[in-house]
Amino acid sequence: MKVQTDRHRCIGAGMCALTVPEVFDQDEEDGTVVLLDAEPPPARQAAVQRAERLCPSGAISVLLGDD
Amino acid sequence: MSEFRTEPIVFPTGRPDQFNPPEQLRSLRNERPVTPMTYPDGHVGWLVTGYAAARAVLADPRFSSRRELLRIPVDHPLAQESRRPAEPGLFIRMDPPNHTRYRKLLTAQFTVRRMKQLEPRIEEITAERLDAMEKAGPTQDLVREFALPIPSLVICELLGVPYADRAEFQRATAVLINRESTLEEIRTTFAGVTEFLIGLIARKRAEPTDDLLSGLVSGGELTDEELGNIGFILLAAGHETTANMLGLGTFALLRHPEQLAALRADPSLIDNTVEELMRYLSIIRLGPLRAALEDVELEGELIRAGDAVTISVPAVNRDPARFDDPERLDVTRPAGGHLSFGHGVHQCLGQQLARVEMRIAFPMLFDRFPELRLAVPAEEVPMRDTMSIYGVHSLPVRW
Repeated sequence: MKVQTDRHRCIGAGMCALTVPEVFDQDEEDGTVVLLDAEPPPARQAAVQRAERLCPSGAISVLLGDD
Repeated sequence: MSEFRTEPIVFPTGRPDQFNPPEQLRSLRNERPVTPMTYPDGHVGWLVTGYAAARAVLADPRFSSRRELLRIPVDHPLAQESRRPAEPGLFIRMDPPNHTRYRKLLTAQFTVRRMKQLEPRIEEITAERLDAMEKAGPTQDLVREFALPIPSLVICELLGVPYADRAEFQRATAVLINRESTLEEIRTTFAGVTEFLIGLIARKRAEPTDDLLSGLVSGGELTDEELGNIGFILLAAGHETTANMLGLGTFALLRHPEQLAALRADPSLIDNTVEELMRYLSIIRLGPLRAALEDVELEGELIRAGDAVTISVPAVNRDPARFDDPERLDVTRPAGGHLSFGHGVHQCLGQQLARVEMRIAFPMLFDRFPELRLAVPAEEVPMRDTMSIYGVHSLPVRW
């Protein structure tokens, strides 16, 4: 699983940081998404996909691979 | 073919009981989740009652939030004068990139981490309110003593409204949210609050303190007019919404004792309880509002450029295609994904603050008063039927 984030789309709602704090954080300066782990372990897949669905601005993409 | 179906509806109002939205919303959602609706000025626009369609509209930049394009689906005293471009700083009624510029200046102040840092202070404020209630007992209005002052004190503190001014500020808020207030009273109070904010901004400029407003002032990017309008949005949004969730949410839990018992038995359910109360109660009753900037096809309907669109939050949050058994309050269901904070670029800026406040205030209330109950028959609790944010006007409780 690979995660990509787009800080230009991000509006800083914080849903990702609330849902999977191990993978997403928010920038101190502007509140936009900070990706902590671009290749999270499979155990986090459900939560990361939930964060992708909850993101109000479509700033998170999750690519599922063979891992 | 849809043109031949039915006459446009008017915005559904009324309710079968204190917790359920107009019944017509259910049949609209089943039969035509994007349905033509006549607005009070005669314009025929749309009402969206389906979850998927609502999310699509709110995420789509072809649907504008510019105030001069929006229409309110019910008679409203300010309907005509609001159809002009939003004043500088009123970013909730703007589109990107204007909206983006303001929002980005604010997002850092409302991050998950910043809101968690406020937890100890919110706990203190809540404990103080509970002490005062307990001392004054044994029967109190929960709205006046608890639901309204907690968010009010928290947002005043966050913005940096001096302690001495808070009583005056709460009095002004009470006028603004009271259904008995006349248009004249609302205008006078609004002007008073604006004047107060302008004075406060001048003081922050002269003597910056460690708060949100000082931060925005010293950032130097905003004019006093912009700062005043932003301050007003934050104050208004910080009061009304959380206050009504605390009041109506407590009422709902008292009326669903098995749900309250589940929460008491497993305090870790609080995060989900907050989401479920937001879903089930859906206190935003008028909007979000949007207007199409170009022709858009949605669920087989053709929405034309210029058409007004109203989303029904209570309808979409009870869409059985998204939530199982949606008419039931169930604090154990997965309630995330509700649209009570909106969706898209305008999704609530203060949502993480609202969550922290509710996650602290509800458990502290029920811990302090294990025997908390209504002090009047439930049907006598006055509901905010004519307000754009639903809730209870007062909630007499005893313990």
